[in-house]
Amino acid sequence: MTTTLEQAIGQSQHRSVLSRIMSLQVFWIFLAAVLACGALSVLTDTFATERNLFNVTRNFAFVAIIAIGMTTVIASGGIDLSVGASVVLSAVVVGATMEAGFPLWAAALFAIGAALLVGLVNGILIAFVGMPPFVVTLGMLSFARSMALVLSNNKMIYEFGPDHDLLLWLGGGSTFGIPHPVIVLVILTAVMSFVYNWTRWGQHVFAIGGNENAAVLTGIPVRGMKVSVYMFSAFTAGIAGILMVGWLGSVTTNLGTAMELTVIAAAVIGGANLAGGEGTVFGAVVGALLIEVIRNSLILLGISTFWQGAFIGCFIVIAVAFDRVRSWRGQG
Amino acid sequence: MVERLKLTGISKHFGAIRALHDVSLSVREGEVLGLMGDNGAGKSTLVKIIAGNFRPSSGDIELDGESRDFHHPKDAQRAGIEIVYQDLALCDNLTAASNVYLGRELRRSLGPLRIIDYGRMHRRAGELFALLKSETRPRDLVRKMSGGQRQAVAIARTLLADAKVVLMDEPTAAISVRQVAEVLELIRRLRDRGISVILISHRTPDVFGVSDRIAVLRRGELVACKPTANSSPEEVTGLITGAIEAA
Repeated sequence: MTTTLEQAIGQSQHRSVLSRIMSLQVFWIFLAAVLACGALSVLTDTFATERNLFNVTRNFAFVAIIAIGMTTVIASGGIDLSVGASVVLSAVVVGATMEAGFPLWAAALFAIGAALLVGLVNGILIAFVGMPPFVVTLGMLSFARSMALVLSNNKMIYEFGPDHDLLLWLGGGSTFGIPHPVIVLVILTAVMSFVYNWTRWGQHVFAIGGNENAAVLTGIPVRGMKVSVYMFSAFTAGIAGILMVGWLGSVTTNLGTAMELTVIAAAVIGGANLAGGEGTVFGAVVGALLIEVIRNSLILLGISTFWQGAFIGCFIVIAVAFDRVRSWRGQG
Repeated sequence: MVERLKLTGISKHFGAIRALHDVSLSVREGEVLGLMGDNGAGKSTLVKIIAGNFRPSSGDIELDGESRDFHHPKDAQRAGIEIVYQDLALCDNLTAASNVYLGRELRRSLGPLRIIDYGRMHRRAGELFALLKSETRPRDLVRKMSGGQRQAVAIARTLLADAKVVLMDEPTAAISVRQVAEVLELIRRLRDRGISVILISHRTPDVFGVSDRIAVLRRGELVACKPTANSSPEEVTGLITGAIEAA
């Protein structure tokens, strides 16, 4: 009797690796992205060119970097609408300070600092004042974008002082043929996958998203955790802002407009659950990749870009519908 | 047997409202005390006082013969008083082992980093479930578990903390008959390990099934506290409603 009980406790779920992978939303999204790439390579002779692939990977890297931050916020049961505004704020700060003669490293610190400040204010209002994340970050979206306008006086910045070329190299250059934003994305993906799975911080983010009340009762510092989560999200936006300036070679104040929606879409397509407690780093990256592939393919296939929204919208709904179907089956 | 937890003359007022009046009660080592009463009788106030959420307006709490004054739930927890909440306070999206260790994850070194030691957590959690004779797999998500298994996870948390007193708030309120039997069995396992259990419940059959003594609260006063063997469900119902004055 005792042995059978212990055997029962000791056994893992009777599921093969294949069936575990097949049940993951991110697997199907990844498959969809791969199939789309395959189809495009056959249908067009422009997709599988080095030049186009270089562009695709670099374009999606910006969204993917922020989607990792967004997934973390969503996994903790929140939402951050202010990331697009953090991008432009960070971009304007780095642009303005470099134009004033600061070296790149100092300007980058200012820019990241400004973004972290946005995250800190978001986090404090949400965790300590107890306001809903949607409202706080919506207000911050407006505030931070306005700050970017004030700081730049709505002028385009395209002279970046002594480190001008270094900035353009950082955002627009490549090493061993890999665009720098992609390298940053790969590092961030690896680090955050580790953090999600192997650290207390990662575990507690998911605990808060799963059952905030339980997290409080077990003594997890929920408030501090929330502040750190919003600061991390703003941090990813700050990094993306700096890289985007280097890539574009100029700062305009419409940078990152409506980007928060693309980022949220990427996170959700990648399996982040808006109710909290679920999401993966890899999912966020694949979600962002799929969105970029859709965008790119419509252009290459000569379909009007007006159709972009329709395709992305369908994918959001299909991805979440898939998750619903899976949870019904899981309960049955 | 030794008196584990002893309450003497506990009263609690919220402004003009008298929630508890002069309640004296004790639980011995390895004893299950059933605490019964209608809604608003003061059960949850009493539980919150024992758990350190409230301080009593007057009265004394003794744990193992030592007078205690809890200012914060953490104080009570440190002293060895654990609560299993009605909604169990579990994270559905995490595994059983992660829930048992939530907030006190085991870690090991990986170079300069401190990473979560899942191997040890799964092993230890498995041992606790075996101890509770519950067929609960440490690696399974709590979302997929039955009510009884969820209770086992919540109770395993208290074992991990080496609790002296476990307060259980309506553990059988929302689960199936088969699972109720499972939960009562878990309570017996706790008792067999010398842990004092205070079972707060509306369900007379469950209290009679597992408790050694029964205490009844009515309108903030203790109207009875007697061995379960000398009482009957009819008497307890009478005491709860006020049809019987006191026993």
